[in-house]
Formats: sequence, structure tokens, C-alpha cells
Amino acid sequence: MASYRLIVNGEPRSIEAWDPAQPLLYALRNALGLHGVKFGCGLGQCGACTVLIDGAPARSCTTTIAQAAGKSVTTLEGLGSPERPHPVQAAFIAEQAAQCGYCTNGIVMTAVGLLARTPHPTAEQVKTALAGNLCRCGSHDRVVRAVLRAAAGAGS
Amino acid sequence: METRLYTRRAVLKGGALVVGFSFAGLPLASAQGVAQAGAAPGRTLDQRQVDAFLAVRRNGSVIVYSGKVDLGTGHRIAMRQMVAEELAIPVTRIELIEGDTALTPDQGSTAGSSGVTRGGVQLRQAAATAREALIARASTHLGRPAAELELADGYVRATGGSARISLGELVGDSAFDVPMNPKARLKDPGTYTVVGQPLPRPDIPAKLTGRYVYVHDFKLPGMMHARVVRPPAVAAQLLDYDAGSIAQIPGTQVVRIKDFLAIVSDDEWAAVRAARELKTRWSEAATLIGHTAVRAWARSGPFTNNEVLVNKGTTAALAGSAHALRAAYYWPVQSHASIGPSCAVADVQADHATIWSASQGTHRYQSAYAQMLGLPREKVHLIYLDGAGCYGMNGHDDAAADAVLLSRALKRPVRVQWTREDELGWDPKGPPQLLEISATLDAAGHIDAWETEMWLPTATANLAHVPLLAPQAAGMPQPVGESTGLIAQNGDPPYRAPNVKVHVHWIAQAPLRPSNIRAPGKVANCFAVESFVDELAAHAGVDPLEFRLRDLADPRGVEVLKKAAALIGWQPRSASESRRATQPVATGRGLAYVHYKNNENYVAIAMEVAVERSSGKISVKRVACAHDCGLMINPDNVRAQVEGCILQTISRTLYEETEFDRSRVTSVDWSSYRLLRFPDVPQLDIALIDRRHEPPLGAGEAATAPVAAALANAVFDATGARLREAPFTHERVRAALAQA
Repeated sequence: MASYRLIVNGEPRSIEAWDPAQPLLYALRNALGLHGVKFGCGLGQCGACTVLIDGAPARSCTTTIAQAAGKSVTTLEGLGSPERPHPVQAAFIAEQAAQCGYCTNGIVMTAVGLLARTPHPTAEQVKTALAGNLCRCGSHDRVVRAVLRAAAGAGS
Repeated sequence: METRLYTRRAVLKGGALVVGFSFAGLPLASAQGVAQAGAAPGRTLDQRQVDAFLAVRRNGSVIVYSGKVDLGTGHRIAMRQMVAEELAIPVTRIELIEGDTALTPDQGSTAGSSGVTRGGVQLRQAAATAREALIARASTHLGRPAAELELADGYVRATGGSARISLGELVGDSAFDVPMNPKARLKDPGTYTVVGQPLPRPDIPAKLTGRYVYVHDFKLPGMMHARVVRPPAVAAQLLDYDAGSIAQIPGTQVVRIKDFLAIVSDDEWAAVRAARELKTRWSEAATLIGHTAVRAWARSGPFTNNEVLVNKGTTAALAGSAHALRAAYYWPVQSHASIGPSCAVADVQADHATIWSASQGTHRYQSAYAQMLGLPREKVHLIYLDGAGCYGMNGHDDAAADAVLLSRALKRPVRVQWTREDELGWDPKGPPQLLEISATLDAAGHIDAWETEMWLPTATANLAHVPLLAPQAAGMPQPVGESTGLIAQNGDPPYRAPNVKVHVHWIAQAPLRPSNIRAPGKVANCFAVESFVDELAAHAGVDPLEFRLRDLADPRGVEVLKKAAALIGWQPRSASESRRATQPVATGRGLAYVHYKNNENYVAIAMEVAVERSSGKISVKRVACAHDCGLMINPDNVRAQVEGCILQTISRTLYEETEFDRSRVTSVDWSSYRLLRFPDVPQLDIALIDRRHEPPLGAGEAATAPVAAALANAVFDATGARLREAPFTHERVRAALAQA
């Protein structure tokens, strides 16, 4: 059993894992109880497991705990809370931009990454940035509106 | 009907333990789930009693017990709105418990767009009955005639006076003990203040901030993680496995029950890795027909029976007619393709079991798990927790069966989550549908005779027999399962036609285990019917909108068609005017209409598409939809459902087919089973028709039905090419263009 140190939502954490190839996803969900991150495919194809690693969106299902060691990880919980949501979360709440909400974690994290790079994207840029995030319920239209709303600073 | 002796304490126990819910968005579903498991049964579940549906606490807050569940569809707010309106209390004073077999009445599965239509309407009637009872009681307390009393803000008060008494004082700590009154007067929709408002969903803030507890996130003390090891071929038998092959992975255990094989571990990743690395030997099995053979197979039988669904006038002349138009349409096998692979948690004890499941039918599956466990049905307690959107019976009920078997074997709580490959490979599938339509026009170009012939698997004929995988593999008996939907509906044209016959050949087998998938059967049937109507219009040289309107009598149908056409900016033209053979990218527009199930929603959809001739790529540019579902409880939820219906069905129409060979499903990831992606999403213009004095009809399914036909008709308008087989792959489009 090896120990891996990383910063999660601003706090230094030490995670025990028997396998350096264990995906970060399981450490977050089980060891740390941060279940905002969701398992969707384990293949890096759907985006449901997206977190920010050193500020950039990354797939936690294909990032190993060893690769994440020493880095700073932000999860959906780390962005904001129901009482004090992050502007992107607030915009999604305002637009009611989720149905089942299972894919939403990855979409929000990807949108936060987009807005960090491109604070005022066009609708097309939002769609392109989210091309790797699958949604089955069909909340896409609201999601795009929510990201644009967050960009416009009208999230809450 | 299950009837339990009512005790006051049990109601309060069931309710008081779930106070963690708040509209700030922190439903403590995990605590709720555990608390509900511990709640002693004792509430009445007798749907003839108001107490089955409603309870009032001493503080005046109301608990709603809903057998229907929220599948991401917004029922949590809609059900509250229906009750709040009748009881004149704010929605924030209402808690809702859903899909719990010990606490909520069996209102039937949450399927067929029945949540609001049946479930909500029942709750509304319970609330209206309760209102009458509250006023009668208050009349005694206050010494005022009932006619002078009204409900407002949690009180019964005298009109024009100051005397009042709160709901908590009237009922808190006791039961209504009032039979349901089907004639209890409902509020006049003209006076609604809560129903019809686009109130936000209570679950969204927690879902957006990672606090919501899905069934995937639910944990129990001592819970083990499991992965099922699926065979390499459908119907293969397990010969043996090599436990030594996973010796390097710590803390894992193999469970085998006949052909059911699973890995369990306290550590989820260990279970995942061991399930991948376990060396197994299975028998050869090649029992499937392969997806490319399904269309021809459908006609070959054997058939259980032929059924005539519509027989009006005579269509005898069609068979030999040289003037008749004919076309065949095919819809492939499709997956529910849930984004989250199915998951469930089971805690099986010697004399009872508790199962946390994202099932659409928690009450229905009590029997299946009870039979697996040899327990009486009432000793099996299912509690609904959200899963990923399912759109019909996906793998959730199977995952629960997996967990039941494993928890029984290990005497520990067990969480089973499927893999991506499990979900796309082994979820019960939307069935294939083959339709052939022939028709003749009269001298003026109206439909004279119409015949629809369908070939559909019997296992989808609203019979109840989707077998669960785990008991099947373990060689255990199981009762008949989920009903699979009314897939033969909407096979007749929704326009005036004097001679119509619709008949179906029920195929004895199905190519893969079938189940209900959103708007069962109607997506394909409307695709065929409304594509063929378009073919008739083109043949008659009449504008497709005009062709429909001139033979549509129902004013609600006329309204949605006209509205959708207006939204898209419909310009009348006959098909021959619109072909632009010279342009590399051809654009066109099409429309389609459905009167869902012939007695529910009215939906018209118009679309603009662009077709790239060289590649065969279709881009949907714009979708206009006019939607009439009667009374809308929450228009924003309705809009979300309509958006979802449209986008999901564009995905099914353009991209989706479950591919399989003789042994197994081969489209088991998101590159081989493609879904609509963000860049593919068109502009949506949706008009919701306000019909507040009509019954509510639900919104979860109907708008799916006209999508494929509108899309195909737009492609025809653009190019003259007819697409009669989904999905509309680049290859199929190029082939159709070559024939156009």
C-alpha cells in the first residue's frame, strides 16, 4: 500500500492505494467521499468523470493516482455549494440545465476550464469545447445557454 | 392491493426521518435511504385511502407519498405543485417520498409518460379529498359552516373573518382516515397560482454541486463492491475459471452461481481490475442472428399470431392495384445508452431484504427479487434512488438482481455497478421494427385506401416477460417481468382516410432481449406513417403541410401543425420545386405530426436540414416544435422534456444501432455506439400550447414520435432522396442520393 499526496479542493490529502494504476476517480469517490465525479465509461469517452487538474479539465477515469500525485485537483464540490455556488454552477441552476444530472459534473468542469481560457465564448465555441461530453437526456440547449450566462456574469 | 393497518406513529416515523430535504438543495438522500430502510411498515398503502398518499405533520408541513418516481423529469416539483395547489400551501412546505415499497402506494411503473397523467392526478385527487376533509373538520372546530371556510397558507380560515386553524392542528399526529373521493371538487384551473408556474426543481442545486446522492453514490457500513463477469457470448455457459489469475489483486473474492460469475471486494478498484483480469473459460455460443440480418429475419417468422389493429372500410383493392404506392421502413435495435452504467445496492438478511435501485418500477420488482430469495414479497423492500437517465427499462433492474444474488451469497451489503460494456452490451434493447405501407389516392389526391403491415417481436406486445440476467444465469426461477410497451400504436394515418387497415405479424423471437424504450414503438411507427404521408403528398403534387391540413379535422392537431409551420417559416411548395441537384450542400425542410397514441398529446415538428452530397452527412440546422399536452403542471419541465425528446430522437435517427454478431453485441463503447454531441445540436424553437382546462397528458415521450419523419422528409425536400431505414448513416444517405 503506497501513499499519494495531492491537493484536493485546496486541502492537502494523502491517499492510500495498493495499485499505482488505480484511476483517480475511485480515490475521489471512495477514499475522499467526493462523489460529484461520476463513472460513465472508464474509457475517457464520455466526460462524466471530468475534474480540474492544475486548473485544466482532465478525465479522472483515465488519470491514475500516481499521475495525479503532487498535483492540485478540483472537483464539483470544490467549486461551490448549494448555498454558495460557483458562477458556472449558479448559471446552470438558473437555467435548470440538467435532467438526470449524471453527465452534469463533467459538463460543468469542462465549462469552467473553457471560461478560464476563453472568458467570452460564442455559442459555437461552447459547443466545440463540450464536444467530448455526452448527455443522453438532451439538456444540451440549456447547457449552452447556462455557459453563456455564466460568461456574461449573470449567473446568480 | 396491499393493505396495512395504519398507525399514527409509523407515518411520523416514515416522514420525520427524512427532514433533511430542503429547497436550498440538500436532499440527504443517503440518510433518507437508510432511514427509509429502517422505517417500520405500518402506513396504509391502500389507494382507496387518502392516507396512502398524504400525511400532515404537527407543524403543518405535508408529506406526499408518490409511487411514481422522478427520472430526471421534474416530477419532484410537479407532484408538489399539484398537491400544493389543491391544499393551498407553498411547495416548500411539502416533502416527497417516492418509489419506496414500504411507504408509497403502488401506482404502477413510471413509464409510458404516466407520471403526472396517472400518478400526479391521483395525488391531486387525494389532496382535493383531503381539502374537503380539512374543511369539514375545521367547521366543527370553528363552529362555522363549511361553505364559509377556505384553505390558505396552511390554514383553514373563515372567509371575511379572523377565525382560523392550521393544518397541523387539524390533522398533525393523526390520520385523515378518509376514503378517496373520486368526485372531490378540484380547484378551477382558471384560479391556479402554483400549477402552471415554471418553478425550479428541488434536486438541481445539489446535483450541480456534487451533493446529490444517486444510487451510484449510496453507501452502507460493511458494503462490498462487485462487478459481474459477463460471458463472451449470449447464452454461453461457464466451464471454469482460474482464481490464481487474480491472486496478485488483494482482497478479492470470486462468487460463482452456475453461470453467474462476479468479483467482490471491499475495494472498488480491486473488483474492477479482478473482473477484467480473471481468466475464464466459457462454452461456445452463436445463438444470435447478427444485426445486419434482422431486417430480412423479421419477415421470415415464425410468428405467434397476426393481429388486426385497425380495419375500416375495405383495403382489398390495394393488393393488386397498379396505382398503389408502397414503401417499407425499418427501425433498428437500439440501446437506452444511459450515461451512467446501471447500479444497485442490496442488503439481504435471513428474513428480509432491502434494495436501493433506480428502477422505474420498484413495486413491480419486489416479486422478482422475492422469488430469487425465497422470501414473501412483503419482506422485500425496494427504495428508489436516482440513477442516470434510463428512458425505459435499461440495466437498473438487472443490476439490482445482481446485487441481490451477491448479498445473499456473502451475507453483506453489496453494491454492483455495471461497466460501460455491460450497459451497451447487456441492457435490454429497444426492439427492431419493420413496417410496409401501401396506399392509393382518390382522383383529387386525397388518401383513399391505406394499409400498414408491421413485423414486431411478440416479446414487445405489451406482454410481461423481460427476463432478468442474474436469475437466468444462476438457473433460478423468476416471475414474468416488465411490461414492454404498446409498440404497435400510431400505425394508422392521423388524417381522414375512408379505408384503413393496420395489422401486425408478431414475431415469436427477438434478436436480443427486448424491453421498453422511450415512446415504445411510436418513434418507428410515426417515422413510417409520416414519411409515407410525405411520399403521398409528393405523388399528389401537393405541399406537405397542405396535404395534411386539408384532411385533419381535430382542431388541436391543426393548431400544432400550423404553429410548427409558422415557427420554421414554412413556404408552400411541392417536392419537385425544391430539389437543388447542383448544390454540393442541399438544404430543405420537412414536417411531421402525431396525435400520440391517438388519444394523448398533439405534436408537430418541422425541421431544416443540410445534406452534404459528397459525404452523405446530414446536419440538422433548426427544429420547430408545437406541443399540446393538455394542462401543463410545470411548463419549464415540459419544455425540458420536449427538448430531450427532440435531441435524443435526432440521435437515435442519425447515429444509433446496436450492432451484434452471432455471439455478442459489438457496439459496446461510445465510439461504436455514437450519440449526438454538442456540435450536432440544432437551434430549437418550441411552442407550448396552453390548455389549462384540458386533462394533463404528460410530456416524457410524445415529442419523440415525429422527429425521424420530419428529418427524413426534410432530406427528401432537400435532395429528393428517401431515407426509409434508420440510422441515416452517411452510407445510406449516399445510396439514397444515388437513387434519387
